[in-house]
Order: sequence, then structure tokens, then C-alpha cells
Amino acid sequence: MFPLSSTTDTPTEAPRDTVREAELARILEALGAGVVDSLLKPNDDMWIRVTAETWRATAEKLKALGYTYFGYVSAIDWLPSPFGKSEDDASGPSGERDSTIKQGYTGGDTRFQVIARLVQPFTTIGINIKVDVADDVMAVDSWSSVFAGANWHEREAHEMFGIGFNGHPDLRNMYLPTDFEGHPMRKDFPLLARIVKPWPGIVDVEPLPGDDEEEGEAS
Amino acid sequence: MTMLGDRQQLAYIASQAADARVNVELETEGMTLNIGPQHPATHGTLRIIARLDGEQVVWAEPSAGYMHRGYEKLTEVRTFPQVTALVNRIDWLGSFANEVPFILAAEKLMGVEAPSRAQHIRTILFELSRIANVSLFLGDLGVQLGAITPVFFAFRDREYVLNLIEGATGGRFHPNFDRIGGLKDDLPAGFIDETRIVMKKLRTFCDQIEDLLFGNEIFQSRTRGIGVIPKDVALSYGLSGANLRASGVDWDLRRDQDIPMAWNKTDFKVITHPDGDSFARCWVRLQEVRESTKIVDQLLDTIPAGPVMAKVPKIIKVPEGEAWVSTENPLGEMGYYVVSQGDQGPFRVKIRSASFNNISIVPWLLKGVYVPDIITILASLYFILGDIDR
Repeated sequence: MFPLSSTTDTPTEAPRDTVREAELARILEALGAGVVDSLLKPNDDMWIRVTAETWRATAEKLKALGYTYFGYVSAIDWLPSPFGKSEDDASGPSGERDSTIKQGYTGGDTRFQVIARLVQPFTTIGINIKVDVADDVMAVDSWSSVFAGANWHEREAHEMFGIGFNGHPDLRNMYLPTDFEGHPMRKDFPLLARIVKPWPGIVDVEPLPGDDEEEGEAS
Repeated sequence: MTMLGDRQQLAYIASQAADARVNVELETEGMTLNIGPQHPATHGTLRIIARLDGEQVVWAEPSAGYMHRGYEKLTEVRTFPQVTALVNRIDWLGSFANEVPFILAAEKLMGVEAPSRAQHIRTILFELSRIANVSLFLGDLGVQLGAITPVFFAFRDREYVLNLIEGATGGRFHPNFDRIGGLKDDLPAGFIDETRIVMKKLRTFCDQIEDLLFGNEIFQSRTRGIGVIPKDVALSYGLSGANLRASGVDWDLRRDQDIPMAWNKTDFKVITHPDGDSFARCWVRLQEVRESTKIVDQLLDTIPAGPVMAKVPKIIKVPEGEAWVSTENPLGEMGYYVVSQGDQGPFRVKIRSASFNNISIVPWLLKGVYVPDIITILASLYFILGDIDR
């Protein structure tokens, strides 16, 4: 850390845990009952999950708390891919796959979650915010009036995951043709190239420098 | 485009343009100007649709997606070590810098840390790719304003840096050199001496560009006061890198973030500029190349001895978890949100690339500017198409 030309208060050399713990406590107090779950990994990062009703208010409150730098908005489809890693021979019998949905940090109840990241400038303390997207609604409120940068990110999430953003000015496709059917980033959208021809690289293991075992000679 | 169907909406936009201190005396018939997809000012295939009123832009919209390659989807069918070959191609002028945050995220999930020698060499290669990337920007900038000479200087001097990267990694543009737990190989013999010579040459190059281009009256009059981005707008669009620092935000992830790289062992300045105009953005980048050469020089003096690879299993399985790592790449903040479910490959990777956010400000920024300024503003924002579309 070299705060050479810093114009603001630089973070002190206090251990980062206490800084983040204080931050998280501040956030939880401000957001109140909107937070479903929260997680703090010391010296790493913070996660919170909020209810869909407070999704927009969360952005406004966090912005007021100093999280003014917009990172990104995206989504996660937690359904395990029905195609696995597409490493199997497509002509052979397909094995049974476990299709239980296993959510990540701070849990969740739905298949889709929208995830966003906001950062406090100058301190680089960021927060990952998640929200459940109910299957029958498939939409959350838009952040684009709070953070202008969310506009494009929500357009991308909309075409890739099929998640709507209420109040977004213009949810046109960014990448795909207008009449494209399906949402490519959903796990049940097949990657056709892999189905036509299996990927040979899945077994590729490279010998590392300083590795004394002579296993590479066998071939 | 059906945005401007009726005259009512045109009048509304004209009134907005007036708000932006643009003097609309006569309402003329609107016209749509297409810039690109194939245009030298777009660094690739970006299309800008601009609605003009006379010489002024009343509405503009970039249309990306001509180069979308679906890397986020492709990462889901690859193993962790294979992903670096993909992410190399995001920002193709500074490829090595793309690999680093992904590898750091994977290492964070695995609880592995690269040996300090590997961290040093990573930082050196990272800064070399920044120098190669931004020096080309400085030459390209001249071309977009009609000055042909700087680009020859830039291509000549970038070649020295690319030779260094090729010497160390074997790849001029796509090194694919970073591994989980360290690096593929150690530095070749003679690399350190050669790099010192090249860094001197690059500092001379910066001086030349500063004389040739930044001191030029035409360049100054075409960039000063054009395309001003205020601080709070820059933050809310998520601008990063030199675009943010040119708006007076003193924030550099190399300095302000605690990550296992060697930047915190060096002494460098974070360059900012208060103006936020096109000139400021270009000037900040020029100074950053200078600072980068100094960082490389300092790191070359202090490379520790030791291995370049930590002990990692042959078949890498990353434990369950989620991690976000971002670094200060040549174009700005590049980050990866990696979700692993304990397999050999990631479950989901969100690639947050700098240019995507940097270019999303264009509709806001181009309102009310004159047609020739579109080119300077786009040039000074500095985006790479692979970094927008991924």
C-alpha cells in the first residue's frame, strides 16, 4: 500500500476483518429486514442475499452508504447442467445425472439468482448482492435508474438468462439476433458444438516443472 | 431504429441537447449516421448509430455483438487450467493480464498461493503487457486524428516488448503462461538485461509521443474540453482504469488492493487528472506507461530466488465456493466471479471486462457533440472489441 498521491482518507493498517465486520454491520442495520442471509469471509469478501421486493431499495441504500462504484449485474443458473461437462461420448448411453439444485454462498430457494457487485471507491471493499428470481415471475426490479451502468448489464442478463428487469428503459438484445429463441447461458441450453463432437481436451493433464515423476514418458 | 419516430420525440431530444449547453437555433431534419462496423476508429467491429441534427449528435447508441464468442458459456465445459487459453483472447493486446485475475480467483478457492518468485514474474509480465497494450493506443490515437507518424513509432517500440513476452512465454499475443499455483516456466537467460534496455527505449518512446502528439496544437484543440465525464457519472457507469482516473478519482487496484502480486513491493505513482476530458484520458495513459516501466525496473532488481510453481495436484479439483478477483488491467478493472461446485471445471464464471462498462457511457457522452468529436471521444475511451463482447 502506497498512498502516495491520495486525496482521500486511506484505510489504516488495521486488520481487514474488523473493517469488513464493521461494514457488514453497518449495511445490515441500514437494510434491516430486507436481508435474508449474509456471509463474511475474513480478508476476502462479503455476500448478502436480499428479498426481491427490496432489490431496488438495496441499491439505493448501498449507494447512500458509500458503495458508489458499480461493478456488474449478472445472473446465475443453479440448475446442474443436464449435459454435464459434455465430456461424454454422445453416441454412448448417457449416465444418470444428479439434478438437485445446490446454491452457493448465502443460499437461495430458486433456480435463478441475480448477482451484483458494488464497491466502495478508494477502499476496495466490495459487496456481492444476490437476489432470488421466482420461477413464475422471472423478473426483478431494474437498477438502471440508480446505477446508469446497470443498463447494459441488465440487457445482457435478459437475453442470456431470460430474466426480466422491471423498469428497464430498453431491454433489446445486445448480442443475439432479435428473433433468436432460447437463452444461451441457461444450463439446459445445449452447447451444440460439444454435442456434435466430444471435446478431447478433458483428459489433458500437463506435467509441471519440478515434477519428478516420469509419467509423461508412457505414451 | 424506431426510437425517433415522431417529431415530438425529436423536439424533446433537442431540448435535452439545449440543456447540455448546445445552441440549437434551427431545427433541421434529422439524419442517421452509421459509423462502422468496419471503421478504423472502432478498433474492430463496433457499430455506432448516431442520430444527427445538422452537425450535432442528438442520440447515439453503440451496437456491440459482432464479436461475441460466448466465453462465459465455454468456461462451463472446460477445466480450470484450460480456461486461461480462452480468457487470453478477451483483451488481445494485453493477453497475459487477462489470465492473472482468473488464476488468482482459482488459487483463492483452492487456498494455494504462488511462490514469491512466480508472483514477481507475473507482475513483470503483467506490466509488460500493459506497456505493449497502451503504447499501441498512443500511436493509434494519432492515426485517428490524422497524424500518421506516431503509429509507426508505436508499432516499432511495441515490438520490443512483444519480443520480451515471446522470449519468456513463447507467445507474442497469447502467452497462456499462467498456471494455478505459479507459472509454466522460469524466465529465460538474458531476460533481465534485455528488459532493462527495452524499458529505456520505451521511456524514450513516451518522450517522443509527448513531444509529437501531446504538445501538438491541433491535438490539444481537438481533445481539450471534449467529452468531459464528471466523477460521479464515471462511478455510476462503473468506468475504470485511466478513464476513471482522468476524471479525478484517485483509485488504482494495484495500490489499493491486497492481492498476492508484487505491486506492493514497488514504489509508483497513481496518475490522475482533474479535467475528465479526452485529453486527460490520453495523458493519464501516457504517464501510466512511464510508471509501468519504472515498476518493471524495480521488480527486475528484486526478483527473489526459488521455485516458480507451488505444489498442486496433477488433476486440479477446485473446492466448492465462490470468489471474486479483479485487477487493474491495461483497459481498466477486469474481474472474474468464479463459482465452483467441487468439479474440475468452474460452474459459472462471470467475466466483468473493463471495456463493457467503459463503452456503456457512450450514449450519454455523445449527446450534443459534433461529428468529428465522436472519433476523438471513442479513441480516448480506448476499448477493445474482444473486451466488450467477450
